[in-house]
Order: sequence, then structure tokens, then C-alpha cells
Amino acid sequence: MGKETTYLNLFRNYREVLRQYSAPLMDSKREAAIGLFEKAGFPGPKDEAYRQCRLDALLEIDYGMNLYRLSAPPHPSKVFRCEVPSLSTKLFFVVNDVYYPDPDPQKLSEGVLYGSINAILREYPELMAPYYDRIAGQSADAFAALNTAMAQDGFLLFVPAGVEIEQPLQLIQLFHGEIEQMANRRNLVIIEDGASAKLMICDHSMTQSSCFSNQVTEVFVGKKARLEYYELEMTHPNNARLSNTFIDQQASSSVFVNGITLNNGVSRNNLNLRMLGEQAESMLSGLCLLDSHQFADYHVDVEHVVPQCTSRQLYKYILDDESRGVFAGKVLVHPNAQKTSAYQSNANLCNSSRARMNALPQLEIYADDVKCSHGSATGQIDENALFYMRSRGLSEQEARAMLKFAFVADVIEGIQLIPLKNRIHNLVGKRFRKQMSACAGCDIC
Amino acid sequence: MLLEIKNLHASAGDKEILKGLNLSVKEGEIHAIMGPNGSGKSTLSAVLSGNPAFTVTQGTVHFKGMDLLSMTPEDRSREGLFLSFQYPVEIPGVSMVNFMRTAINEHRKYRKQEAMNASDFLKLMREKKALVELDNTLAGRSVNEGFSGGEKKRNEIFQMAMLDPVLSILDETDSGLDIDALRIVAQGVNKIHTPQKSCIVITHYQRLLNYIVPDRVHVLFEGRIVKSGDFQLAKDLEKQGYDWVKQELKD
Ligand SMILES: Nc1ncnc2c1ncn2[C@@H]1O[C@H](COP(=O)(O)OP(=O)(O)OP(=O)(O)O)[C@@H](O)[C@H]1O
Ligand SMILES: [Mg+2]
Repeated sequence: MGKETTYLNLFRNYREVLRQYSAPLMDSKREAAIGLFEKAGFPGPKDEAYRQCRLDALLEIDYGMNLYRLSAPPHPSKVFRCEVPSLSTKLFFVVNDVYYPDPDPQKLSEGVLYGSINAILREYPELMAPYYDRIAGQSADAFAALNTAMAQDGFLLFVPAGVEIEQPLQLIQLFHGEIEQMANRRNLVIIEDGASAKLMICDHSMTQSSCFSNQVTEVFVGKKARLEYYELEMTHPNNARLSNTFIDQQASSSVFVNGITLNNGVSRNNLNLRMLGEQAESMLSGLCLLDSHQFADYHVDVEHVVPQCTSRQLYKYILDDESRGVFAGKVLVHPNAQKTSAYQSNANLCNSSRARMNALPQLEIYADDVKCSHGSATGQIDENALFYMRSRGLSEQEARAMLKFAFVADVIEGIQLIPLKNRIHNLVGKRFRKQMSACAGCDIC
Repeated sequence: MLLEIKNLHASAGDKEILKGLNLSVKEGEIHAIMGPNGSGKSTLSAVLSGNPAFTVTQGTVHFKGMDLLSMTPEDRSREGLFLSFQYPVEIPGVSMVNFMRTAINEHRKYRKQEAMNASDFLKLMREKKALVELDNTLAGRSVNEGFSGGEKKRNEIFQMAMLDPVLSILDETDSGLDIDALRIVAQGVNKIHTPQKSCIVITHYQRLLNYIVPDRVHVLFEGRIVKSGDFQLAKDLEKQGYDWVKQELKD
């Protein structure tokens, strides 16, 4: 217990401050969480789930936390543009872990709540009590526990039963600051029975200092509800992202998840999906484009608890230079989850002898009447194809870009929001043609 | 002289395949290269187009007066060299249209011309597709993916027509073609052939040469051109095989 002590002391010394600034519902979960964190400790070298993802050096950094809830920079909507052209999104901003009030508050639909999780939990404790920390609280992940112990704010979206929000919602999470800092961002998304929403979360950096984002997002998708959930990371080499996303899905619901790492430093994304009601379906997909010393690690855990659900996973990585990728995809089919269909596919393109990819696909099936498949392959650019293209006059760089593009096309084509798909298309193309410096797409860095 | 190859030696790994090859091609000429399997015909075409799988250990190649061997494969193409592959490569996920548009525009950029606009490009595609009677649906698919052997060869000639090269090397473009396709491909080649443009036709059969009549015929054997002649040589080879050439060599 070395690095942990810092956080345990911080927690004890600032316990009153945390209480003072947060909703009672948030505060009520802290003791249990810090206990769990203390017991588990940060994952060490023997911790199977983090064996490929060494965070020691990053945890050595003495991060500041904004415990007194100061909001320093001007409202990001004044300086930040990350709009997807022709996708008329409603924008929300979180800088570090401070929710910035909506400059243009509008009612989305009857009963829809959105905004600061802290404010909404304070205002609607009964409504939110069944949700807040219900899934994360069962997790053994030390980072999730630390988040529950320390989190003070983040974004909340509540869509009541039967309400369908057509307009995509976009949450922009920014880092800003001159010093090293940690943000324990906490998000909660509730889509009640028969409701639907499309949410896109973009991570950007406004400054170059070291930041550690320790994020927990809990997502509840009710019966016959639909959710499209997109994440796009475009940060910088000094950024660390530790994200725990927990999704619970009820009967006949449908969930589409797409996560893209376009530029980053170190990213670990834990995505945990539980299928708790029959006839639910989910599609989880992701794309990591890594070069220089970037590191990205997706741990996708899908649990089929009940019969007759379908899940699909499609994850692709392209690695250049000295980058490293990890994909651990697990499908767990419970004994009574008959008629499960679960597909998992992971493919990686490793373009440098110094780049490394670890793929750990896993199926654990305890039911007998199921359709499951998984496959993982790591390969290189086809030299014959490359030469063929060059022999027609394409530059090597252009030929490589087109081949990489072809490799990831199915992930991009799967994106259901057309304007977003086009934008990603464009960004990925730029990335492959090396026309994009870190964090393109915003005007400020 | 459009192409001048002198004492060319090339290997793959430690295996020497071309062992002192000489060949000169003038503007407007059509040359045929014949020779037994494994004699080095495709290796010659690969070396001329810059395939990094082969290393040149000796000799020189000049193309339009330039040192061809020092040029990248893409610059060779942009300068007007074209290879119709014996085994065209399948590229899943890259559409023919996108591939050709990029190729054309890279050529234009090299000549400091503006990119071709979409409607001109589509017009050009239509025109050249008609020339080789390429099935419309093929152009909409990924490059060569799932194409039949004959469709792949026809697609090579289509690309040749699109890129309008000064020197085309057709490596067994006739193999795998049915009689109608052979005629169409040959007519396609003839239609784009002008007095400034040259062609090297690598083939095992005289039948293609009935359509594309060569000025010179060469026999490539064990990495060297061992015999050259006119069209009559092709006819003799077709009738009698290579044994007499090998015998002549021994003597
Ligand atoms: N990459 C390679 N590595 C090792 N050997 C090679 C390689 N490519 C070709 N060879 C060998 O070089 C020789 C010449 O091959 P090449 O393909 O040039 O013959 P070819 O004259 O085109 O034959 P064919 O008429 O069958 O097409 C063969 O013995 C072949 O096995
Ligand atoms: Mg050959």
C-alpha cells in the first residue's frame, strides 16, 4: 500500500468537504466504496485483469483534485467547437469533473432530466436512488470504487418511459489546467421502458498537462428501450483515461455501443454489459488507432444472464510505431441462458515490429443450446496489395491509408448516426494520412 | 529508345533469377517474350515495375532516358509504365472506383494537373469500361475481390486503358481468357496503342500474337534472352516447343 495511502488520506482529510459539496445520495455510497478500494488496492502485477495494463508510473504522479469545486476556465461553449456538421446535437460540457451549466437550457421532452449529476441527485433522490451506484457498487474494480468514493459531479441523463429523443445528445468532456490533475467523472444514463436516446461522449484535452480521468458511467436501459451510445477519444499523449462503463439491459431492449480511440495517451476502457431481460440485443464495437507510444486496452465483458438474447462484438486495432493494444473480450453465458447468440470478433493490424498487440478472447458458456463464436486475428498490411496499388501510381502513404481504411471500414460503416459516421470517416482518413495532429477538430489546441 | 535493359541481374533472397538480361524497346514497338515456366518472365516484369521482393544486383535499366531502377514503383507508374499482373491482387474493402480515382488523381498531381472532377472521372470510367467490355457491376466492387480469373485479366486491361501508359507489360494477360475475352482484350490493347506507345507481351501462346502482332519475339531462358526474331519465331516455338532452342544453346 503505497500509492493507495495518498488517496485514502485524501479521502479522510477531505471527508467533510466531499459531504458539503455533494448530493446525499452520492455521499451515502462513499464509505463502502473507500473500504472496497482500501481492500483491493490499485491493481498490481499479479492482477489478472490489469496484467497487460501497467499503470504504476501514471499512479506515481501527484495529481491535484478539484475538491472545492472551482470552475476556472471560461465556459467551453465559447471556445470549443466539436459539432458534427449537420448533426444538430444538443451540447453539454464537463471540464475536468465540473459540469458547466447549459447556456441554452431547453426542455428536451416532458420529464427528461439532463445536466449535473450532483444537482439532479440532490433534487430527485427518490427517483435516482434505485439507480445510482447500483451496478458500479457491485464491481470489484479498484478504480470504480475510487470513483464512487471521490466523485463529485458529472453528467446525468434520464429519459422517462415512452419518451423518444430523436436529437442526438453530445457530452464533451474536457481537460483543462496547468497542473497534473485527476478527475473522477461520474455519469449516469437512464433510459426507461420504451424510451430511446442517442448519446455521444467526446473526450478532448485543452491543455497539455498530465491528466488522469477516472470515469464511471452507469447505464440503465429499460424494457423495449433503445440506446445508441458513442464514445470518441481525441486527447493527447499525457492523458490517461480509465473508464468503467456498466450497462444493464432489460427485455427486448437494444443497445448499440461504439467507441473510437483516435488520439490518446494511455486508455483503459472497461465495458461491462449485462443482458438481464429476454430478447435483448446489443452491438458493441470499437476502433483504436494507435501510434508513437500510445496504449489502448479494451476489456469488454458481456454477460448473458437470461435466455434468448443476442450480443455482438466487433473490435479493431491499428498499431504503428511503438504503440500497444490490448483487447480482452469475454462472453459469459449463464446456465439457463438458452438460445443465446453471442458473436465476438477482433482483428488487428500491426504495422511495426515494435508495436505489440495482446488479444485475449474468451468464451465461458454454461448453457448448451447456444450459438456462440469468437475469432481474433492480428496481421500486417498485405505487401502484395500495397505493391499492386503503388504500381498504379498511388504513393505508399496513400496506399497504406486506403488499406488501413479498408481494414476498419466495417466498424465505421456500422455507426448508425449518418452524420457522425461521415465525420468519423473524415477524421480517420485524416489520421491515416497524418494530416491530423493530436486533438484536431477543436479550435483551441 | 524507350526502354533499355543492360546486363540485368536480379534475385529473390539468395536465388539469382535474372542473369544478365539485355533488351531494348523503341517507341511504338511491340515485343513478345516467351519462355518456359520459371525462366524469369514475371521476375523481369516485377523488377521493371519496382517490386521490392526482388533485388537488382547488377546492370542498368533506362526508361525514357531516366534511371528506372532508382525510381519508386509509383513514380514509374506516373511516368507511364504499366504492368498487367499475371496474378492480379485482391484488395477487399477498396472499391474499384475509389482506387481508380485515386490513381488517376495521383498521376495528375505528378503532372501538376488539378484533380479530375467527379463527372469527368465517371465519364472516363464509362468510356474505358466500354472499351474492354468490363461488366458494370465489377467496377462497383472491391478491387479484384471474388473476380473470376478472366474478369481479373479484363480488369487489368481496363486499368491500363484508364492510366494510358507509354509502356505496358502484359504478363500472361491471355491465360485464363476465353476466346471472346481474348479478342476483346487484344482489341482493347490495339485501340490504345499509338505510334508512341510500346508494349511487352509475355505469353506462352501464339494465339494472342495473332491479334497483337509483335515487331520482335524473344525467348527468355534461365534468366537471359537467348534468342530473338520476328513473328515467325513465335510460330516455330508454338509448333516445336523449346527443346530446339535449348539444343542450339548447348551447341
Ligand atoms: N519471391 C521469390 N522467392 C524465391 N524464388 C522466386 C520468387 N519469385 C520467383 N521465384 C523463382 O524464380 C524463378 C522464375 O520465376 P518467374 O515467376 O519469373 O517465372 P516465369 O517465367 O514468369 O514463369 P511462368 O511461365 O510459370 O509464369 C522460378 O524458379 C521461381 O520459383
Ligand atoms: Mg510468370
